[in-house]
Amino acid sequence: MGTALMILLEAVTKTYGAGLPAVAGLSLAVEAGETCVLVGPSGSGKTTTLKMINRLVEPTSGRVLVGGRDVAGVDAVELRRGMGYVIQQVGLFPHLSVGDNVGTVPRLLGWDRGRVRRRVDELLELVGLDPAVYRLRRPDQLSGGQRQRVGVARALAADPPVLLMDEPFGAVDPVTRRRLQEEFIALQAALRKTVVLVTHDIDEAVRLGDRLAVLAEGGTLAQHGTPAEVLARPASAFVAGFVGAGATLKRLGVVAVTEALDPAAGPDRHPDGVSVPAHASLAEATEALLAAPVSAVTVVEGTRSLGVVTLASIQSALRRQAAGAEEEGEER
Amino acid sequence: MRRRWLVATPVLLVAAAWLVVAWGRQGATGPAEAAALATADRGAEHVTLSLVSSVLAVAVALPAGVVVTRPRWRRLRGPALFVANLGQTVPTVAFLALMFTVTGLGWRTAVLALWAYSLLPVLRNTVAGLSGVDPAVVEAARGVGMSPGEVLARVELPLARPVIVAGVRTAVVVNVGTAALASFVGAGGLGDVIQIGINNQRDRILVVGAALTALLALAADWAVAALDAVARRQPYEAWRARRASSSAP
Repeated sequence: MGTALMILLEAVTKTYGAGLPAVAGLSLAVEAGETCVLVGPSGSGKTTTLKMINRLVEPTSGRVLVGGRDVAGVDAVELRRGMGYVIQQVGLFPHLSVGDNVGTVPRLLGWDRGRVRRRVDELLELVGLDPAVYRLRRPDQLSGGQRQRVGVARALAADPPVLLMDEPFGAVDPVTRRRLQEEFIALQAALRKTVVLVTHDIDEAVRLGDRLAVLAEGGTLAQHGTPAEVLARPASAFVAGFVGAGATLKRLGVVAVTEALDPAAGPDRHPDGVSVPAHASLAEATEALLAAPVSAVTVVEGTRSLGVVTLASIQSALRRQAAGAEEEGEER
Repeated sequence: MRRRWLVATPVLLVAAAWLVVAWGRQGATGPAEAAALATADRGAEHVTLSLVSSVLAVAVALPAGVVVTRPRWRRLRGPALFVANLGQTVPTVAFLALMFTVTGLGWRTAVLALWAYSLLPVLRNTVAGLSGVDPAVVEAARGVGMSPGEVLARVELPLARPVIVAGVRTAVVVNVGTAALASFVGAGGLGDVIQIGINNQRDRILVVGAALTALLALAADWAVAALDAVARRQPYEAWRARRASSSAP
């Protein structure tokens, strides 16, 4: 089941009243365990698309399948209890404590009190909030970042296979946002949920997504692919414009440093003595190359050297990767 | 501070009522006047009138407010508020007179009139309170998998509660004051004391009846607030808070 399809949208259209469609004939497949980011400008139907997955919005035409089942045939309440749902901070229940917010779904599912309590503590620890300190606090006694963490904990409470996130890191300052994004990446690496995340921020999309679905105004799919593909080979002028200036700089963040090892240099350490770990991205290697007067940095895995990276090898890796994305694009 | 007032208020009110009655008795000039000042019975009638009509008003207006704020029944909202407004725009005495032609003299007529009168504040505040709940919170509740009934019971009503309770307090206070007019349809209450004072030109008796009515209105307001305070306490939460603080190192 490694690449089983978890969520499948088939020619989904949503029209409000007699106006133009909010989402028009959208088809999209999300594999189990991947993070699919719906990204696009406002009015591109990202949130509407997300809400059609948990039936907060019913499609005008087309089908939505989750785990192979057409959601139209599943009881909406039952469907939603099987999916985590994270929205901006307003989504916390202001009259309930943090613990009761997190325990909402388990209580709806009829878990006994002790089990709910244990689960709440476990989740608060998972998102980095000390249960003894925060369990009884009210949402208005938390900072924006803490509220977002509670929102994520609440969505994870019943351990659903699917997580729907609508601008989950929208309402916090850039520093906190960055930290929450890093925490999300670490959490997702451990949990491997199927995540559909909505954002209008292309940088956030590139950072968090295994795959991006770029939506254009009017709710049409402009491009679907990995962040590296979208950045290297925008499918249209719209996508190129949306990705914006600095696409190549953004690509540095999504290509692994091991892709850019200088084949001529061999596996030995470079005498300049600067190194980056093998799991780093090209962004970190470039940073190291530009920050110090060195001509190459060594890529290390533990204590073992894998080879060296130079600005020239980074340049050719980016070019190679763009060409690869192009071939892949043509195959489709 | 608020808790201290919750305890002090009834003590002060009872003391004030006792002083008022004692002052009235002191000036009584004969057995007839002493009988007119048998305020305990009149007070009990007054409480029953207000209580029964208030409970009935809440029992009708609260569910009605919930119904007309559901998306499916939203179109009934205007008509419902119109009917409730109508009940309140007609002057009380006129309303009593109208009711009297249908249901005759007595307790039933008075309760019916008071009930119609207190529908509006409860209905209006229930609608306002429920409409004022942040739609994003309601959507979050639906999104995590609450059924419509669970959204109402666990999210909407708790969040609308302060506004709804304010409406009930208004209704009850107005009701206690208006119940003084029940005397006109022979339903008793403290209005009788006021009437005797007016008819016999005995200001002292009139003042006793009016003062007791006012004190009763304050007591009713306190009673609703106290009920709300008791109901708002979350025993489970409190227990957990105590446990958490006592187990802390």
